[in-house]
Amino acid sequence: MSDFLQFVFSGTTVGAIYALVALGFTLIYNASSVVNFAQGEFVMIGGMVTAFLFAAGLPLWLAAMLAVMAAAVIGILLNKLAIERARGASVVSLIIITIGASIFLSGLAQIVFDKQIHHFPAFTGDDPIAVLGATILPQSLWVLVGGAAIFGALYLFLTRSILGKAVLATANNRLAAQLVGINIRSAMTVSFGLSAAIGALAGVMATPITLTSYDIGVGLALKGFAAAMLGGMGSPAGAIVGGLLLGLIEQLTAGYISSEYKDAAAFIVILVVLFAMPSGLLGPRVVERV
Amino acid sequence: MRISGKSWTLIVLVICIALAPLVFPSSFYYRVGALIFVNGLAVTGLVILFGYAGQISLGHAGFAGIGAYSAALIPVHFGVHPIFGLLVGAVLSGGVAFLIGRPILRLKGYYLAVATLGFGILVYIVLNNEVELTGGPDGMAVQDLGLRGVSNALGLGLTTSQVWYWFLGLVMVLGAFLALNLQASPTGRALRSLHDSEVAAGTLGVNVARYKLTAFVISAVYASLAGSLQALMNRFVTPDVAGFLHSIEWLTMTVLGGAGTVLGAIFGAVLLTALPQALTVFQEYEHMVLGLIMMLVMIFLPSGLFPSLARQFRRRALA
Repeated sequence: MSDFLQFVFSGTTVGAIYALVALGFTLIYNASSVVNFAQGEFVMIGGMVTAFLFAAGLPLWLAAMLAVMAAAVIGILLNKLAIERARGASVVSLIIITIGASIFLSGLAQIVFDKQIHHFPAFTGDDPIAVLGATILPQSLWVLVGGAAIFGALYLFLTRSILGKAVLATANNRLAAQLVGINIRSAMTVSFGLSAAIGALAGVMATPITLTSYDIGVGLALKGFAAAMLGGMGSPAGAIVGGLLLGLIEQLTAGYISSEYKDAAAFIVILVVLFAMPSGLLGPRVVERV
Repeated sequence: MRISGKSWTLIVLVICIALAPLVFPSSFYYRVGALIFVNGLAVTGLVILFGYAGQISLGHAGFAGIGAYSAALIPVHFGVHPIFGLLVGAVLSGGVAFLIGRPILRLKGYYLAVATLGFGILVYIVLNNEVELTGGPDGMAVQDLGLRGVSNALGLGLTTSQVWYWFLGLVMVLGAFLALNLQASPTGRALRSLHDSEVAAGTLGVNVARYKLTAFVISAVYASLAGSLQALMNRFVTPDVAGFLHSIEWLTMTVLGGAGTVLGAIFGAVLLTALPQALTVFQEYEHMVLGLIMMLVMIFLPSGLFPSLARQFRRRALA
């Protein structure tokens, strides 16, 4: 039982990270119908910039804040310089553009930083907390609480603020949003900036546990993409459910079956779910009449 | 005599393959050429799947992995000639594509992308983890196909890389020939009708599911053969042959050159195979430049390099 609890703890921690990456995918997808495969790079940027600024002597909170801002700026630039210019491109062109951006950003990080693995200390120490025979790291709690806080703040932003409502309206129907005077371009800019910032925050919270290096982005992007699709692309709640589920499946497989095949289990589950429910667990039920 | 577009493509390919060695500064370029042909074969398959039928795959390297490891493992375990490994790999890949194709191809757009991605990653994970069988991430040696021996027996006196250059050039032209024939056939017309609108194709009596599956199986066999041949040429194989980046590399070649046509896709294969060789000088910047090129071409030449250049050319010729 304590084993099981241990796996659940590690699964939800990893899952919360996936969920945040998936949330970033969802935000951008809703605003622009683009699946941004460079999403994982924002997590990398968050972790790497924080680690380097912290090593340079800045206090951790300031380093983290600057890292999140840097990621947001890169996200907005990605939108302005690449996505906006490629309007109307096909799904495959967009996939190649964002994967190109991902390769570019990790190549850039390799030059600006280095090829080493980096980390910085946990926010509040490394002493594990005992819970019902299992233990949980304080940093894991930071990830879980931080993830929940981000989700809550995003929900409030989207439903309570004018800017957030504009983003939501753009997601629902671009043309209608444009007709009532919403500036779609700024809604897209906001979405890219926010989603990059969320990714970077995930990177800041996760790095003390998972460590970081210039090349972690692709793997995280694939997991986040898979989580978003599992939950149903376009649904923020789906992103959370998909992410947590993916993390739990992975860690339970690693614990009970084989740690080598933990990634395989996650993808098998995704294939099975997609075969049974072609638009994911919580995705829109589109009935196509032919 | 009027020469059809199909013949033109083949003539251009044959001339380029035959004349390229005249400008090779060193014998190393035979190897680069051979690598281009392997990739050219794989992207020809992707033209059938993506260019003709309009279906995305982010996991075709998975089939290359099946092909490569069949060519490596079957001769070792059954004591047969490596050529049987290649053939069994092709049959196996076709079979797997047939089995998973039906459920996967019901999905559309990004859902199809994630499902094919999942398949590719599963193959990669298995190849990485079955260390006893595959040697894991360290890879394994592959037996000699014996091409050099054949060349010597014929009295051609070619070096190993020259033999591979000519052999793979021939295979790629053959692959292109079959793909072009397919395009001109009723099956090819049915596939292209899917690309424009699956609903319209269905209304006109095209069996949408069956034709999608056909394209998927054919392209899987192409990818598998490319994987086998690459393993046999390198005499070595690692699980990276099935990796996500390999799938992306192929997809990028297909789209970068111009996905609608075999010649365009092979042009993409030439560029993206030769470019990293040229960029090894700036090793540090290799990834950055590659990513930048992928973005720039797709943003500014969305229909691919080859069609855009051809259009320029034609305009120049008319003026």
